[in-house]
Amino acid sequence: MTTTTAPAAGAVAPRHHTPVRRPSLLRLTGVEVRKLVDTRAGRWLMITIGLATAAIVTLQLIYAGDADQTFLNFFVPSLLPVSVLLPVLGILSITSEWSQRTALTTYALVPRRERVVAAKLIAVSLTALASVLTSLAVAAVGTLVASATGGAGTWQFDWSLILNAAVLQVTSVLMGAAFGLLLLNPPLAIVGYLLLPTLWGVLGEMVKPLRGPSEWLDTSKTMEPLFSSDAVTGGQWGRIAVSLLVWMVLPLAAGLFRTLRREVS
Amino acid sequence: MITVENLTKRYGPHPAVDDVSFQCEPGTVTGFLGPNGAGKSTTMRMICGLTTPTAGRATVSGHPYQELPNPGREVGVLLDASAQHAGRTGREALTLSAYTMGLDRREVAAKLDLVGLNAVAAKRRVRAYSLGMRQRLGLAHALLGDPRVLILDEPANGLDPEGIFWMRGLLRDFADRGGTVLLSSHLLREVEAVADRLVVIGGGRIVAQGDKNELLAGGGTVVRARDSAALRRALEVANLSAADSSEGLLVQADAEAVGQAAADAGVALAELRPASGGGLEQLFLTLTAGESTKEAVR
Repeated sequence: MTTTTAPAAGAVAPRHHTPVRRPSLLRLTGVEVRKLVDTRAGRWLMITIGLATAAIVTLQLIYAGDADQTFLNFFVPSLLPVSVLLPVLGILSITSEWSQRTALTTYALVPRRERVVAAKLIAVSLTALASVLTSLAVAAVGTLVASATGGAGTWQFDWSLILNAAVLQVTSVLMGAAFGLLLLNPPLAIVGYLLLPTLWGVLGEMVKPLRGPSEWLDTSKTMEPLFSSDAVTGGQWGRIAVSLLVWMVLPLAAGLFRTLRREVS
Repeated sequence: MITVENLTKRYGPHPAVDDVSFQCEPGTVTGFLGPNGAGKSTTMRMICGLTTPTAGRATVSGHPYQELPNPGREVGVLLDASAQHAGRTGREALTLSAYTMGLDRREVAAKLDLVGLNAVAAKRRVRAYSLGMRQRLGLAHALLGDPRVLILDEPANGLDPEGIFWMRGLLRDFADRGGTVLLSSHLLREVEAVADRLVVIGGGRIVAQGDKNELLAGGGTVVRARDSAALRRALEVANLSAADSSEGLLVQADAEAVGQAAADAGVALAELRPASGGGLEQLFLTLTAGESTKEAVR
């Protein structure tokens, strides 16, 4: 027996402590944010999201015409690669608990599973909002560089674009999380998330009777106005809402139901 | 204190756990024994609210697990040492839980130290841990919130003999200070050294439970003398039934009664000891023999 493994006297004595309170949602959200970045995979996903933004702006600086080098033209395209990567973050945040089997620990410490799920959804939404700030910052740097190197470097843009960007990125990450909750398996959820809406989009193009519904249900179509510099109309918001109901709210509800009932082992 | 009342879990028509009831009192270590697949882990998961029982209920410190406000502070759970994120360091895994429970960061270092994971090991990713190191990390995790109850599923699995010895001391110490321990194993010997009470499960049902000494004493006493005819007469006089066995005479009485009978008759003994393993080991081996024998031993 070595000294390192000798039980220190008193150290394992069960203490009688004052009544303990349950962890707040804020605390749980903090834990979930930390889980997003405390593994190599998570950290690299975050870094990749940041790099994608920077890469788009750099490409614009090199290849776009001088007149097109505006803040608006840096900001809007930088949203696209991020909106593709964020759902992966949402999926992994939910499914890694099951694939890495940490659910056993997580749900033993917080048996009210809906609180963990809520904390995860808040954590990934905060990440999505942070990505919008990153896009804004990188676009600002791009604009400064552009004005120094002969580009237009104009700052003119509509503030509603920031709201649109926030809606786009938060719903992207939540759609991913919803697929993760529903399928509870990383490869399945990622493939499902990438494949199903695309398949639906292709079908909408090919099959004539589906063209009408696809105007309302194909997220790649309904979300398009969020990228444009024109204000999003009420009708367009309606379509966004309907498509999100199908691709985000329904999987979230069904996934939550499944997660709450699933046996953890 | 853990109370299990009529817990039942069915997967389809097959009952994995069938009407299991037992209690673990403060100050005791309860050994939960059974062959692989007997329903030990399922029972423990149901106690911890991770599996919904088909019927029955379980409480920890008087409350259903789901109703404990901050379970980690009341009950330390180690159900599977391998269920840790391979990409996190040992320290990080504990830090996340410490933060969830609202504990001071210093607890993490204290518990890592307690289970013998040094600073180098704590900084390595769990992927690089041996099973023994994972068990130690899992134990540190279970002890993190200074709970009053410990629920450990096969904690000695993967530990070296020194580690098993160390863990027994730790659990004994924990119980002696008023803690409640429920400890599962498929190895009788492993549990025998530390448990006060035993609950034996086979095929999802409890086949024996009670005080360890009583259960183990069920096997009787082995006694041997150079003059075995005289010994046999002495036992007859004392009204003790004896049977031949490979090791000597097997008597259904404790060693004290047998020794007294021999002394009264003036027979010199060559050996006097409890029958090895006792009835429990026999029971246990019968359990592992297969499905058909399960009914027979009940």
